[in-house]
Amino acid sequence: MTAEAQDASVHDTIPKLLLRNAQIRGARPAMREKDLGIWQTWTWADTLQEVRDLAMGLRALGLKRGDRIAIVGDNRPRLYWAICSAQSLGAIPVPVYQDSVAEEMGYVLDHAGVQFAVVENQEQVDKLLEIRETYKDLKEIVFDEPRGLQNYDVEGVRSYEAVQELGRETSAHDQLWRDEIARGKSSDTAIILYTSGTTGRPKGVVLTQGACIWAAETAAEFDNLTEAEEVIAYLPMAWVGDHVFSYAQSYASGYCVNCPESPETIVQDRREVGTTYAFAPPRIYENLITQTMVAMEDASVPKKRMFEYFLAVARDYGEDILDGKPVPFVARLKYWLGNLMVYGPLKNRYGLSKVRIGYTAGEAIGPEIFKYYRALGMNLKQLYGQTEAAVYITGQPDGEIYADTVGIPMGGVEIKVADNGEVMYRSPGIFTEYYKNEDATRDTRTPDGWVHSGDAGFIDENGHLKIIDRAKDVGKLNDGTLFPPKYIENKLKFFPNIKEAVAFGDGRDTVTAFINIDLTSVGSWAERNNIVYASYQELAGHADVYKMIESHVDEVNRELAQEERVAGAQISRFLILHKELDADDGEITRTAKVRRSLVNERYAVLIDALYDPGKKRQKIKTEVTFEDGRRGDIEGDVEIRDMKLHAIDRASFREAAE
Amino acid sequence: MNPAVKASDTDNDPATAPQVMLDVRNVTLSFGGVHAIKDVSFNINKGEIRAIIGPNGAGKTSMLNVINGFYNPQVGEITFKGETRTQMRPYIAAAQGIARTFQNVALFRGMSTLDNIMSGRTLKMHKNFFWQMLRYGPAMQEEVEHRERVEEIIDFLEIQHIRRTPVGRLPYGLQKRVELARALAMEPELLLLDEPMAGMNLEEKEDMSRFILDVNDQFGTTIALIEHDMGVVMDLSTRVVVLDHGEKIADGTPAEVSSNQDVIDAYLGVAH
Repeated sequence: MTAEAQDASVHDTIPKLLLRNAQIRGARPAMREKDLGIWQTWTWADTLQEVRDLAMGLRALGLKRGDRIAIVGDNRPRLYWAICSAQSLGAIPVPVYQDSVAEEMGYVLDHAGVQFAVVENQEQVDKLLEIRETYKDLKEIVFDEPRGLQNYDVEGVRSYEAVQELGRETSAHDQLWRDEIARGKSSDTAIILYTSGTTGRPKGVVLTQGACIWAAETAAEFDNLTEAEEVIAYLPMAWVGDHVFSYAQSYASGYCVNCPESPETIVQDRREVGTTYAFAPPRIYENLITQTMVAMEDASVPKKRMFEYFLAVARDYGEDILDGKPVPFVARLKYWLGNLMVYGPLKNRYGLSKVRIGYTAGEAIGPEIFKYYRALGMNLKQLYGQTEAAVYITGQPDGEIYADTVGIPMGGVEIKVADNGEVMYRSPGIFTEYYKNEDATRDTRTPDGWVHSGDAGFIDENGHLKIIDRAKDVGKLNDGTLFPPKYIENKLKFFPNIKEAVAFGDGRDTVTAFINIDLTSVGSWAERNNIVYASYQELAGHADVYKMIESHVDEVNRELAQEERVAGAQISRFLILHKELDADDGEITRTAKVRRSLVNERYAVLIDALYDPGKKRQKIKTEVTFEDGRRGDIEGDVEIRDMKLHAIDRASFREAAE
Repeated sequence: MNPAVKASDTDNDPATAPQVMLDVRNVTLSFGGVHAIKDVSFNINKGEIRAIIGPNGAGKTSMLNVINGFYNPQVGEITFKGETRTQMRPYIAAAQGIARTFQNVALFRGMSTLDNIMSGRTLKMHKNFFWQMLRYGPAMQEEVEHRERVEEIIDFLEIQHIRRTPVGRLPYGLQKRVELARALAMEPELLLLDEPMAGMNLEEKEDMSRFILDVNDQFGTTIALIEHDMGVVMDLSTRVVVLDHGEKIADGTPAEVSSNQDVIDAYLGVAH
């Protein structure tokens, strides 16, 4: 160990952190993987050897400082080591989404100018060989899993072991490797992460060693992470969340990362490992609840009763107990009993018993889902992050959890809201540039280091950030009030009876909305209430249905009235559409996102009627495409409802602000 | 993956002299007056994937049943690994290294995937019943060794996530995979697959095809399979034998067979 490496102040790159970890916690587990049904463990000392041998092997193959190297595959220890190996030589790892098709992958490799690749298995090797037919710069492909590859006699394709062997053959390889690491510095590019991008080609976000380490240390401080944490790595390695949680933070805090046996065994693996620190997008949490609810449908009556009873107890008191607020003694007793009989076993099933901190990020989580886990006693929190910020922008501190906000700026992050409502941030973790894309860099990052998040939001009375919509979708009413359509629509859509909603208001005096009822949900309600209907149109026009939807809209207005920035954007009139918005008619995308421009055009008559105070009904004829491709017209006579708006208490906002 | 590479595990140079593993000569099988198989001869070379195809009722499954000794042919003989028999018994076939899967999945539905696959190791367990009841010492040692082999197969077929699930609860495609796993647990030299892809969707078929090729490639297992999906047969097999109404009407490489007029007639019907 060289003198510098022992000095904590110079642990400014991740490979240097590896040297430190091997020295101060060499015998502690760094990585586990379940193989042939048994958990295999690698300590930090083992990790050092693995990384070193691979790095020197890659060096022998010609990998140099600044070269790009692709990493492709599911979460495997060897792929994480490959990242560190590359970084130890000053090369730049480029993780690629393992399920992207050859063409998408080819674009990334070509754009990043990748010459080396470390990949998981035959599937990926085949893809890369296909890419190599046109992209000739790809020189060396190293594979982890040899299955199916024994008989590949292709130049530049070799096994992981062979490369490590090559590394060990290099004379004085340990010293050479340490010298390479010593040359690394904080401003080196650590990684290029290509954002999957819903529009256009993916962009390569360049993050420095300094940014990654800042992110890891900020998180460690925010949540008091220690080397005793257990994390399971199962999200794509090309995603910034996994890169920071399963890689950078592990090296910074010294905790153990566990790789599941297969993508299908995660829940069970998580249970066996006893994860203490979890990170997942909302859909993972949603799926667990759905599975539970489906299973409970089939459970025996006493079990169902017990489940429902204790879940109600948890809803009432669980969050308060979690946050350490005062709770009546009897409630505490009931909760304790519930924990014994329901919550404990449930969390054990989910593999979340030992979770000390759980995060959800990536998209908005439904408040119901969020509260469910918190009620069970799991410390689930929200995080707002972006690839461009090395994840961390804001996070919810313990004890200050509001389902509809994403928390306060994390250590070292500055936040401001631009005039158009867009959230902007600045931190030591922000990206250097979009790789080879100056225009995009200039559009996103100001010269003094502020980054446009692309999201509109505001800071609420508690100082917590609230994200309301994509910035480009947010409009303004004529009186200047902020009009975030998706925010309002999502509030409506949280009611199971409302399937789809389209809000109007940009450049108008008031906000109005189209509503689609949910046929399954409203249909079953109609059945229970003896309402006879023959079609969607008939049900949608039913007086009782209107009454029900009116109460939902009123509820949304009540919520809006309490929020300063959007209080003026209450829905003044609405109508229930005579047909469902349909992907076959092009009104929504296949992923169920409303195509606003097309809706505006097709339903212009209805929109006009909504803004004509004299009109109480409007006739409309719409062309529809049936499932078999035939076209036809449907006619409707749609009723328009006026809403009574809630009073806005401006005084209370001012008070809160002071 | 080309066939020449696959056979490279065998002792002989595959290009010059394929080694015959199983030879069926002039086999006739009848049930009462019904001739299921009429005077059929063909062989299976070591290391190849041999497909048996034909329209419904052509005698394909009967042929497999003859090979593993479930049926005894009235006429003809079978040579397996140089040993000729007129009558085979299923347990002898199994002990000699012939494993099979069934057209209709035949697993222990109440048992877990793991236990089902372990049952494939039965013939290789040597400790007697009492030792096994003790689950101690040598019996435990043996169990661990076998479990290790079974885990390798579980990993190979990517069924880790259903290790503990009772097979009765699994979807059909996975049950087929478990059945293949059990057959592989026997470490067979010859693997008979009776419609391994029946009732599967395209994705499941692709998975299964890959597993069959990998088994052949990795373990050097000789495979005879019955299959209806012509695309699969053409892609997987080294040679194809075609049966129709119990008679052999063609035998050769997939390309030869698919251009054979008798085969086309048998499949599409002939105008009389």
